Amino acid sequence: MTTTDRPAAPPVRTHKQDRTWVGKSIRRVEDPKFLRGRGGYIGDMTVTGMLYAAVLRSPHAHARITGIDIAEALASPGVHDVITGARAAELCDPLPDFGPDPTKHTWRCLAVDKVRYVGEGVAVVVAESRYLAEDALALIDVEYEPLPALVDPERALADSATLVHDALGSNCAYERTFDFGDVEKDFAEADVIVTDRLRWRRSGGQPLETVGAVADFDHATGRLTVHTNSLSFTSYLFMVAGTMKIAANKLDVRPVPAGGSFGSKLFATKPAVIAGMCSREVGRPVQYLEDRVDNISNCDHHGSDRVYDVRLALMRDGTLRGIDIDTIEDYGAYIQFGVGHHGNALAQVVGPYAMTSVRYRVRAALTNKNQQGAYRGFGSEVNNWMLEQIVDKAARELGVDPVDIRRRNFIREFPHFIPTGNVYDSGDYDGVLDKALELSNYKHWRAEQAKAREEGRCIGIGLITAQERSVFSATEFWFWFDEPAAPVTSMPESVTLKVDATGAITATLYSCAFWGNSPETMVAQLVAEEFDCDPHDVSIVYQGSGNGLPATGPGGSRTTVMLAGAVEGATAKIKAKALRAAAHLLEADPDDLEWADGGFQVKGVPEQRKTLAEIAVMLHLFKHSFPDDMESGLEDSTVFDHPYTTMPSADRKDLGVFYPFMGHACHVPVVEVDVETGAVSFLAYAAVHDCGTLVNPRSLAGHIVGGTAQGIGTALFEEFVYDEEDGQLLTSSYLDYLIPTAMEVPELAIGHHETPSPYTLHGIKGGGEGGRMMAPAAINVAVNDALAHLGVRVTELPITPDRLRAAIRAAGAAREAR
Amino acid sequence: MDKYDVTLTVNGRTSTVSVEARKLLVDVLREDLGLPGTHIGCEHGVCGTCTVLRDGASIRSCTTFAVQVDGSEIRTVEGLADGATLHPLQDEFWDKQGLQCGYCTPGMLMRACEIIEQNPDVTPEQVREGIASNLCRCTGYQFIAEAVCSAAARMKADADAPRGARA
Repeated sequence: MTTTDRPAAPPVRTHKQDRTWVGKSIRRVEDPKFLRGRGGYIGDMTVTGMLYAAVLRSPHAHARITGIDIAEALASPGVHDVITGARAAELCDPLPDFGPDPTKHTWRCLAVDKVRYVGEGVAVVVAESRYLAEDALALIDVEYEPLPALVDPERALADSATLVHDALGSNCAYERTFDFGDVEKDFAEADVIVTDRLRWRRSGGQPLETVGAVADFDHATGRLTVHTNSLSFTSYLFMVAGTMKIAANKLDVRPVPAGGSFGSKLFATKPAVIAGMCSREVGRPVQYLEDRVDNISNCDHHGSDRVYDVRLALMRDGTLRGIDIDTIEDYGAYIQFGVGHHGNALAQVVGPYAMTSVRYRVRAALTNKNQQGAYRGFGSEVNNWMLEQIVDKAARELGVDPVDIRRRNFIREFPHFIPTGNVYDSGDYDGVLDKALELSNYKHWRAEQAKAREEGRCIGIGLITAQERSVFSATEFWFWFDEPAAPVTSMPESVTLKVDATGAITATLYSCAFWGNSPETMVAQLVAEEFDCDPHDVSIVYQGSGNGLPATGPGGSRTTVMLAGAVEGATAKIKAKALRAAAHLLEADPDDLEWADGGFQVKGVPEQRKTLAEIAVMLHLFKHSFPDDMESGLEDSTVFDHPYTTMPSADRKDLGVFYPFMGHACHVPVVEVDVETGAVSFLAYAAVHDCGTLVNPRSLAGHIVGGTAQGIGTALFEEFVYDEEDGQLLTSSYLDYLIPTAMEVPELAIGHHETPSPYTLHGIKGGGEGGRMMAPAAINVAVNDALAHLGVRVTELPITPDRLRAAIRAAGAAREAR
Repeated sequence: MDKYDVTLTVNGRTSTVSVEARKLLVDVLREDLGLPGTHIGCEHGVCGTCTVLRDGASIRSCTTFAVQVDGSEIRTVEGLADGATLHPLQDEFWDKQGLQCGYCTPGMLMRACEIIEQNPDVTPEQVREGIASNLCRCTGYQFIAEAVCSAAARMKADADAPRGARA
């Protein structure tokens, strides 16, 4: 595709400058109930007659199930039913799977004839309490015939004797290479080609609340109601209904506040299906709520797990030309979202740098581990890390300053189309970098670093500049296939606004459950901005999928922009009706009226006005005062579709626009490494983010710090470790899976930069993935900067003391050998 | 399975429940006493989500059997606010956005209560170290630490104020 045949961008908008509520760090409207312990999470919900389900998990990484005896469990006190995988396969179809060839790696709510990872469900018990259900689990007798465990992804790809899925005939679920731009030319003309091999090991969102569902199947009506802290994707409701083998109009999925997700509750269909299946079988409401071991071992949402071989082509002065990325991803035993998170990486694969070509090869390995899902960043944070490592390596090899090499390559004209075809709508990378250099006291720390080195101390500064794409379009799952099974969905989000007879406003959100993000505060501030009311006076309610409008829910930092679009649309409709009503009441021409301070008034004559409340009461209660063609009430909705998606070219040389609103950030951690122990500690940490116009700066700052804390975990502590020989999960509790505490997370200096998007309401971009997009890259660069003089360069995350000490020892041995 | 009578005074109200010896305190609070504000996180006593105060000292209610604390005075998040008026800690958590998903918040609030009660002059460094007992996955702790420090200052000013001048 050439520039000339690119579809037109949306119209460039003029943004309102004198904003009242957008841009204010108001207290979040969600918070009071949580502060009082009245959050109403899924575990707090009780329904009369509710029973409790518990799942028996496989102790083996890979084994055939040769027998299963449930007689004793069925006879255990308080037990209502025990459902094995074989029976579950009769009751339910396979779970929804976006992967390639789903029939060749069939994914079910319980394993049938073979278990494929430690923790996979084998049977479920329904009993009068969770205690009694767990008692019965211990009485189920399963006979296993163990098989060799596949743990290393490269070995799994090479192995054809042991297969995770026999039907697939290989452990490679997908392979594809894309070329964007003239890769051969860039590499041929480059002065230098820098290569790197990098390893990012798996961690996960691990919200403190696990995933759960309360299901209630009514045999009288055939209707199933499922309350869940996952998404109630209205758009995809039919897939859950399909798995359950019930009509979609007989399923109502109702959102419940979630105690954190970070991606890991995205589309968590399995708990809902297990609870629904159990409820239908026993004829009573059933709660299935994962315990922590369930969640760590069996949540279907482990994060990325990648091996990279990368080549970077550049000129001697530091000008970047092209990049050749070859990655193997360890998906675990299933591949529910296909390789979608590589699509995510392709949205910003060249970072903020004006490169002209990209080669991207991905191989999806299947192994005996829990499958991947989503974790904050969804694979693009891994790309950020990979890119910044190799750029940093190139700077070091060429002797170019790390700040200079970045500045030399910054994109400065917008909108900018990167080689993959995605657009960067706007940005000011120099502005962010300048602010970060100042905020971090960069020069001071370079001087401190030099002083420390003389004292034999190892201080490192980890400056990185990276992208934070926002508002995803579903093409990232779609363009991998030459003949996709369906067209691209527009990922709509809907809002209904109702102005009641007193002029008070209620906003209804659809399928956009609260996840610790701030959808209610965002909508309240946006509504307040439109209607000149106090955001804390706006009432927010959620509607389940039954009677719900299309909605997709959070993901890919989309919520605020999508909700803003829907609020804007619904507001326009309501104001149009209110204007007509006001004109009628004031006996004025609508063209002579203007909206001002919460009502319509005659232009230039503020005393001739009707407030929204005055208009609303008339429209609700006194319909006869209006023309015949005006209906009672003041309520309207907007279904807002993805605002900027363009189709990929048929040859996939151009993937089109699929992640248009491009945020950016610069992180500068300063670390000290103790070479004796391998411990890494923070001396300072500065982060400057640009997510366009801010709605609630404090709330975005919360995403920056919170995401950085998770990034610190990814960089230094957190890993789902599977034993290399037998595939046992060695980190199945928080005693072994190490989440950073307040002592590991430093105080951040936070800076905001605001480059409005030309295409969204107020110029808002998404920022929900926050610091986790940047921190792993920045910390790795900082550690390498601290140890470069010792010849140490760490290429594997997390940088545990063991790994760091091994790298230091190896470098020492290499020095001695010279 | 045998049941035992356990008498607990929770947030000032005394109740007796008949429970199995294996029943955890957190489950008794949530299921038998109708107080779901205390949450369950890791179920290993690591994350601190289930923190409550027993006779003024924090404990992990997910690794404590109810029978172990028979006769104790327990405080939970439900006891913090005075009707419509939030406790200074709750109010400062709200003001500083010391919560995002709210799930760790009850345990964090009770731990913060203990920290301030033990040392009304607590320093920011001591707050950081003190709340390291409790995991939060959302906030990165910074705004929690700010909230605890400003609540401590408010509570101290309140305690030092002459009688009748208290807010």
